[in-house]
Amino acid sequence: MMVSLGLVLAAIGLLGLSGLPACLLPARSPAGQRLATALMAGGSLLGLAGLALAFGAAAPPALELPWGLPWGRFRVALDAISILFLAPVFVVPLLGSLYGLGYWPQAAHPENGRRLGCFYGLLAGAMALVAIARDGVLFLVAWEAMALAAYFAATLEEENPEVRRAGWVYLVATHAGTLCLIAMFALWRQATGSFALVPAPPLPAALAGTLFVLALIGFGFKAGLMPLHVWLPGAHANAPSHVSAVMSGVMLKMGIYGLVRMTAVLPTPAAWWGGTLLAVGAATGVAGIAYALGQQDCKRLLAYSSIENIGIIALGLGLALLGRSLERADWVLLGLGGALLHVWNHSLFKSLLFLATGAIIHATHTREMDRLGGLAKQMPRTMALFLLGAVAICALPPLNGFASEWLLYVGLFRTLGLGGAAGCPAAALGAVALAMVGALATAGFVKLAGTVFLGSPRTEATRQAHDPGASMLLPMGLLAAGCVGLGLFPMLAAPLLAAAAHAWTPMPGLATAAAELPLPWITRLGLGLVALAAVLALAVMALLRGRPRASVATWDCGYARPTPRMQYTGASFGQSLVGLFSFLLWPKPAKLALRTLFPPGATFASRVPDAILDRLVRPLFALLGRQLPRLHLLQPAQTHLYLLYILAILITLLLWGG
Amino acid sequence: MTERLIHLGLLLLFPPLLLGVVNKTKAWFAGRNGPPLLQTYFDLAKLMRKGLVLSTTTTWVFRAAPVVTLATVLLAGLLLPLGRAAAPIAFTGDLILFAYLFGLARFFTTAAALDTGSAFAGMGSAREVTFACLSEPALFFAFLVLAKLSGTLTLTQMLHGPAGGFPPAATAPLILVALGLFAILLTESCRIPVDDPNTHLELTMIHEAMVLDHGGPLFGVILYAAALKLFVLGALLLHVAAPFQAAYPWQEWPLFIAEMLGLAVLIGIVESVMARLQMRHVPYLLVSALLLCGFGFILLVR
Repeated sequence: MMVSLGLVLAAIGLLGLSGLPACLLPARSPAGQRLATALMAGGSLLGLAGLALAFGAAAPPALELPWGLPWGRFRVALDAISILFLAPVFVVPLLGSLYGLGYWPQAAHPENGRRLGCFYGLLAGAMALVAIARDGVLFLVAWEAMALAAYFAATLEEENPEVRRAGWVYLVATHAGTLCLIAMFALWRQATGSFALVPAPPLPAALAGTLFVLALIGFGFKAGLMPLHVWLPGAHANAPSHVSAVMSGVMLKMGIYGLVRMTAVLPTPAAWWGGTLLAVGAATGVAGIAYALGQQDCKRLLAYSSIENIGIIALGLGLALLGRSLERADWVLLGLGGALLHVWNHSLFKSLLFLATGAIIHATHTREMDRLGGLAKQMPRTMALFLLGAVAICALPPLNGFASEWLLYVGLFRTLGLGGAAGCPAAALGAVALAMVGALATAGFVKLAGTVFLGSPRTEATRQAHDPGASMLLPMGLLAAGCVGLGLFPMLAAPLLAAAAHAWTPMPGLATAAAELPLPWITRLGLGLVALAAVLALAVMALLRGRPRASVATWDCGYARPTPRMQYTGASFGQSLVGLFSFLLWPKPAKLALRTLFPPGATFASRVPDAILDRLVRPLFALLGRQLPRLHLLQPAQTHLYLLYILAILITLLLWGG
Repeated sequence: MTERLIHLGLLLLFPPLLLGVVNKTKAWFAGRNGPPLLQTYFDLAKLMRKGLVLSTTTTWVFRAAPVVTLATVLLAGLLLPLGRAAAPIAFTGDLILFAYLFGLARFFTTAAALDTGSAFAGMGSAREVTFACLSEPALFFAFLVLAKLSGTLTLTQMLHGPAGGFPPAATAPLILVALGLFAILLTESCRIPVDDPNTHLELTMIHEAMVLDHGGPLFGVILYAAALKLFVLGALLLHVAAPFQAAYPWQEWPLFIAEMLGLAVLIGIVESVMARLQMRHVPYLLVSALLLCGFGFILLVR
């Protein structure tokens, strides 16, 4: 059983170092990039084999090695939770790397292709290490490597000021989160006597609560829970698309992983933990997708939708926590199972959507949806794949988003206390929030897909677009196949989900609850829906055979010469919903006032800036930037003085501690 | 088996008659003769015999949307019990599939509207998705009330209520939920006061604006699916609004049909005596529906 852990460690090494050989090759040589992809493929396959072996093992494989640092130990283990989070790490970055061969070819990007390769691989390796680390210090080391690798991979086009700004916000936010995590692990060590991430003995309620809140904030920054999401839209929009796919599809989930792991090792939670997470998740879901509706930049829309999905996952985790406090195994299974299945699902469809959007950017050189349009005719394959991802992310049957949200819904309905069981009806309101999120997501993705792919082309660049090559289409196709597969056969994931729930909290009754899940019905009805639609389509086609068929211009109510400029834009499509949610979004008022009889030309722009980042954080930091230079007194740029500070602080600490 | 056949037969054949009853009621109120009761069947037969006119802008999405819509509504109709008979397909959690099937239909209908590149169709689809964001949570509030009352998550048992009928304490929440569901029914089936199926001013339309460019058999499919949707949502509402039981089992189906026709007459009366709301006031109606169902929930769990 140690073989499985060895395979995963070897995979981490291969992934992490996959970009290095290219650095020895010339800047324009494509061989390095191919080698990196091959190394990633080898590493990922080893890793997946290791995961399969570990899932079959009787007990979770674990390993402990001595290392040179004074604190912590090299302690790793591979339980069902780790397996669940590792699977996307071994799938999505590999597919992204394959996609990168066509999207960001080394020969066309000699200035930064090798840097991307290095940090992309490091990001994947560090994420995998995060998911197996069982020691606070090792966890933080891997965490920081992941955060920095993502920074360097995402800020590739640093000559663009917008990219630098987004990178800076990301760096500040991720370190604010890491600070909370350092505090949390310090407190953990204080409470349990070691940095080991193993289930803790019963702790005082206040101490456990503090640990939970620190974990929620620290990991919330990475996952993008509102209002800690400030870095996310900018960083995702400005990174190369396959890096966005990995960041959104996998890296955000590491924040979720942290929450799952810490709640697994913390003692039995108080009811307010689950309640808080439920409320935060519901708010994040609704606000995230409402913001997405206001975006005109394709990738910013996708980024806000990631926030929404993180909210949905947090909702499920909150339900599971509540179930653990109130000793309800079915809530735990449905909440955690739904959340973890959604982790997989989101990593599939969001990566697919980012990669497809990358193909659009590659072909048209713009991210502004209102400059696109009618791409369905130029890029039919990309369009079909994108549409599939859009249906999946709206949680519509018969694709995978529906399966995970269905589990969450059933769990949330169970909190009503059905059939005489005790309940917690306030938690059932989560179902209503989830319904609103679902309807808003449909609006958002109809807006995105409709504006970009349907109608007629709005600019000349759109007319020249074409489908990308096989190296870009193949990864998208595989992700789409995953969406269909998990949507029609969600029970394939059920054993792993049940094992993860058992690893999270070994509660009696989990197995019974798992056996009662009517997952086969999702398969039957999904297949039934597909078959019914196919039969009807064939019937209509048979009916139309031989009938006259005419092609004319769109009717447009009698107007004979509609132009592409007259189409409904993404901005106008979202306008009424943005208005409806203006209490949340605070959109910039954009009004055209006619002041004279013969008004001159005017411009009109509708924009939805991020309320937290643009109206709170930025002004606050600007204020601090104006006030804090007074402290330059303490910062005279003389090294010996800084050394003196360090010595003084150390002596103070020694005196205080001793 | 017989019940299933009757269910399927009613689901497939009965819905167009509802539109005829609604229109006849409206005509009666206006002092006209109105179209024959079976006019929708005639319309469908005529449309099915026609050829196809497609806009050059459109893609396969435009052609797929009517078919997907019909498939989803049909499947939803199989998940819902009609009258006192159980639904042909029932399992724990089927209510969520029921609601999300309508979401899938909405996705394709609105996308097909954008596919025409017409500003009017875009307007209609923007309105459709906007209003759905309020009606969908309202529907789930109603489901929460019904699930709590019946103690199950299967539509058949939820809508039929506990074995001895709904308890007296359930009356007030059920009335609130019935009112909310009626508003949802009017919204989702594009009726006055939300949408006017007869209007010829495209700027003010929702559903009709989205399907302006469809014609021939594809439009026939849309018309038929719209009638089916009215029937399915109506049957859902009847369980809450008129939970009556017939004295003898053989009376169950006639009772259901009578109730359904009564509902169509009621919709016709609402359409006759009310004006369509201003578009910016429609959200108020939907928020009221949401609040009605929400208050029903609070009354129940307080």
